[in-house]
Amino acid sequence: MQLSREDLLEAYRRMKIIRDFEDFLHEEIAKGEIAGFTHLYAGQEAVAVGVCEHLTDNDKIVSTHRGHGHCLAKGCDVEAMMKEIWGSREGLCKGKGGSMHIADVDKGMLGANGIVGAGAPIAVGAAIAAKIDGKDENGKLRVAIAFSGDGACNQGTTFEAMNMAVVTHAPAIFVFENNHYSEHTGFEYAVGTDKDIASRAEAFGMKVWRADGTDFSAVHDTMSEVLEYVRAGNGPAAVEFDTERFYGHFEGDPQRYRAKGELDRIRAERDCIKKFRETVTEAKLLEGEELDKIDAEVATRIEKAVEAARKAERPTAEDVLVDVYIDY
Amino acid sequence: MAIKMYRDAVRDTIFEEMKRDSDVVVLGEDVVGGMGTAGGPEAIGGIWSTSGGFYEAFGPDRVIDTPISESAIVGAAGGLALSGKRPIAELMFADFIGVSLDQIWNQIAKFRYMFGGKTKCPAIIRCIYGAGYNAAAQHSQSPHAILTGMPGLKVVMPSTPADVAGLMRQAIRDDDPVIFMEHKALYGIKGEVPDDLDYTIPFGHARLTRAGQDVTILATGMMVGMAERAADKLAEDGIGADVIDLRTTSPLDEEAILDSVEVTGRLVIVDEAPPRCSLATDLAAIVANKAFASLKAPIEMVTAPHTPIPFARELESAYLPNPDKIEAAVRKALAYN
Repeated sequence: MQLSREDLLEAYRRMKIIRDFEDFLHEEIAKGEIAGFTHLYAGQEAVAVGVCEHLTDNDKIVSTHRGHGHCLAKGCDVEAMMKEIWGSREGLCKGKGGSMHIADVDKGMLGANGIVGAGAPIAVGAAIAAKIDGKDENGKLRVAIAFSGDGACNQGTTFEAMNMAVVTHAPAIFVFENNHYSEHTGFEYAVGTDKDIASRAEAFGMKVWRADGTDFSAVHDTMSEVLEYVRAGNGPAAVEFDTERFYGHFEGDPQRYRAKGELDRIRAERDCIKKFRETVTEAKLLEGEELDKIDAEVATRIEKAVEAARKAERPTAEDVLVDVYIDY
Repeated sequence: MAIKMYRDAVRDTIFEEMKRDSDVVVLGEDVVGGMGTAGGPEAIGGIWSTSGGFYEAFGPDRVIDTPISESAIVGAAGGLALSGKRPIAELMFADFIGVSLDQIWNQIAKFRYMFGGKTKCPAIIRCIYGAGYNAAAQHSQSPHAILTGMPGLKVVMPSTPADVAGLMRQAIRDDDPVIFMEHKALYGIKGEVPDDLDYTIPFGHARLTRAGQDVTILATGMMVGMAERAADKLAEDGIGADVIDLRTTSPLDEEAILDSVEVTGRLVIVDEAPPRCSLATDLAAIVANKAFASLKAPIEMVTAPHTPIPFARELESAYLPNPDKIEAAVRKALAYN
């Protein structure tokens, strides 16, 4: 499916926002200014954007510990996210969540999650809610998407969730982002099903798709099919996207487990943003200059967000006690 | 007022609330029962008979019979709650919180706080708990202490059919996650239940079930009846006891406890769970800290021992608190000078 110029520009802008957001954080975290653990999404942008471009605020997603990309693709505010990561009370979660717990329920973003594999059951609940609410005026169901990695695909919660989605015929979509590493362990070691995750979903009775997660068009086109299938009420589905993680498991990870030259190779051959740029300019769908302009705009926007986060109001000791319960 | 069994107060209150509010949904293992069998839906109707007739009245979208997948049940309740529904998930035995603990502890309890107060999570996790059925170590426990210790959860432990009705309705209408603990050995007890379809009991309000000047006895769930029997026997000897049913352990009605101890000066805490890091020790610490000057004797605790729950009838009886043990503890507290 060929996207319009406007849609292509928007997809590029969103991928670039995620990339710059993560590249800036990589630099800032090295300076020691940001507290806690941060897991960067750079390299996987085509998946988050290629999936979320199809969704509205009424569709839900549940993310992972590597959640910035999903949040940004689902429409969470760039500056409010940056402030959250800085721990400001102006942050999206008032400085209570931080990098691993960013959420914006009004946007359908039901949370990044610090527990690997915890998201899939929550997504099934959201999908059951969508099923209860029924089809819209166009005869389509809302959906709930569980983003999981090749690490989470080994958790029992993910298996329970897949089975329950099938049993309840819920409009849930399990998006597996296989970036080849669960923390510091290779997926060839940790995933027992012959280098394949999607077959697990298939075994639970779901229709599955597989695509190159570094190819935006492949992700976007695949999700068109998946969403058409699920929104029509055919029950849950799963997709496995083969993708790449440019940074370590967490910031500070020396990545000694990588092969020599591996990072240079994947950045040269498997960079989804570079590939997108080459494809659309070679096909003369977009001009390089238009994309350069977006690059400059996005860089400024992220720099401004970092500046704003740095100056944003800090929380106080009194804030510790707020928002545990609704009424006290 | 109608005379009802505890289990029927559970069932009827949920049923009435499901009629009132279409966002209320129930899910759990065998909440319908008989799915996928020759007998068909409602061949079982929930093993505790607390969801009979639900499937017929509200259909499969709102009465969700789940596979045996406790993590997914609680997680799905969380997802439903974040999506505007009011799920009531049933854990057939409270002991199964071990299987689903991440979704209770790291997810539903924390959504509101982690998300900066920008969401609510009106999920109920019904936990059927307690000893008395000789169901042994994995089907008889009272895990209220660990749940009470989790910020973000409200923990409810009704002891009478009327309290079941008032507290369940409050839980369903409450916007925070609630652990609703139903004692399996109380399911058959009968009592008066108000007919009012808006009858609620606010959380954090204890109930004084016996009044006396000499000693305060704190209890929850099945322990309340035992404490009352002990108090009635002591009354024959002219010893007056305040028996306080806490009703909810989070929030806790500290004021009711401290007010009573300030009058009696002697405290006996009854708890069905083992003694270490327990509700009993928690209450003792609060009283020791906030009403030390009122105490005339060491705080007595009647609890289960620090052991798993044994199977044989004689062993389970020996394991559990009972009125005789409570009476002895009261007499010990009174004998102290």
